[in-house]
Amino acid sequence: MITKRIIPCLDVAGGRVVKGVNFEGLSDVSSPVELGKYYSDCGADELVFYDITASSEDRKIFTDILRRVASGIFIPLTVGGGIGSLRDFDRVLGCGADKVSVNSGAIKRPELIYEAAKRFGDQCVVLSVDAKRVGGEFRVFAKGGRVDTGINALDWIRQGVENGAGEIVLNSIDTDGVKGGFDLEMLDAVSRIVSVPIIASGGAGCMEDFLNLFKTLPNVDAGLAASIFHFGEVRISDLKRYLADAGIPMRTI
Amino acid sequence: MIAIIDYGVGNLFSLSSSLGEIGEEAIITSDPEVIRAAERIILPGVGAFGDAAEKLFSRGLGELVIDEAKRGKPILGICLGMQLLFDKSFEYGEHRGLGLIKGEIRYIGECIPGGLKIPHIGWNALRLEEPKAEIFKYINEGDCVYFVHSYYGADCEDSIIARAEYGAPITAAVASGNVYGCQFHPEKSGKVGLSILKAFAEIEVAV
Repeated sequence: MITKRIIPCLDVAGGRVVKGVNFEGLSDVSSPVELGKYYSDCGADELVFYDITASSEDRKIFTDILRRVASGIFIPLTVGGGIGSLRDFDRVLGCGADKVSVNSGAIKRPELIYEAAKRFGDQCVVLSVDAKRVGGEFRVFAKGGRVDTGINALDWIRQGVENGAGEIVLNSIDTDGVKGGFDLEMLDAVSRIVSVPIIASGGAGCMEDFLNLFKTLPNVDAGLAASIFHFGEVRISDLKRYLADAGIPMRTI
Repeated sequence: MIAIIDYGVGNLFSLSSSLGEIGEEAIITSDPEVIRAAERIILPGVGAFGDAAEKLFSRGLGELVIDEAKRGKPILGICLGMQLLFDKSFEYGEHRGLGLIKGEIRYIGECIPGGLKIPHIGWNALRLEEPKAEIFKYINEGDCVYFVHSYYGADCEDSIIARAEYGAPITAAVASGNVYGCQFHPEKSGKVGLSILKAFAEIEVAV
């Protein structure tokens, strides 16, 4: 039985993890290398690194850091942020990433999904979607959730999977940052139309939110969060033990 | 020294880092001399069977691995590398493998109930065969490892050393003498995976 995955997400700028982090025993709390190892040791099932910088100089720093992160952790690693071409795929895969997450780059040029899946395999291509309710439908937003593309999110996801996306990260802008739980309604709608793994993102505030997610939507494969892990509000090792005790299949270490 | 065979498929970065982590000297190579001189061989691989087998045989590395296996050198195939050890595969046509493990590679959809997602991707628990295979000496029944695959080892009953449950029991690892194969990725399976690599690195070398 495949276990449900718990995935911390780290935003990296200028070689540092942004957003405050407060952990005991970590000498450098904003080092992607140290944090990556920390999460891996806590039992995270996968790590997601987002490059949130724009300049090419910073991109080089990110790539160097990524190589150091990847050489120190031995769990699957997904990388996203600024992925717009096959060359970008090559760049991060060459540094040890296992999967590459595309978002705005695929909106700008939807063929990217097909091209990348053909070259690197479906399992390598993660379609990350920022979606929000607008006028009675789920709408895709671009540029970190700032720009309404006018695209229907369910159509976009269905098309992305047909073109070879092997996994969907669904980030609900409506619940993101609210800490009132994942967007079960939106996730349910997506889980009815695709057969690839779905990673829920946006809204987790406590351990119960993850339990609710996996109990209510057995088709959702993973829960992703950032700040509640970084601020230590929820510890991954505690969360996984809690979920396992509640009967959710979990990898415990 | 462990030779990681480089035949132009997949990314060997994590594998080589994980061997470094357990203190093993490893070299990524396609040089027959280096491979012959190595104590052990790891055959990695991602992608499609036909393409990978073609690359392996066209570089003369297929025969080399077969010879080294027959000399008694410990060999570990990982993911597609495990599948290549089999007699043949039915992934997009029919393709010949190395024939070091008796059996064939078939589409996973043929053996699991409908409605399950394919590829079989994620962390799944190992069900170890008794007696425990040597590469599993440091791990326990139920330990989880990371899988990503759409094809699986079939008709290999005698060689199975571990299974994983995915609607049906799926071949997770095989062994025949000094030849081992893992369908999962030990280099992506955290401490459990590193312990499997360590146990492989400790298998006594007969040659």
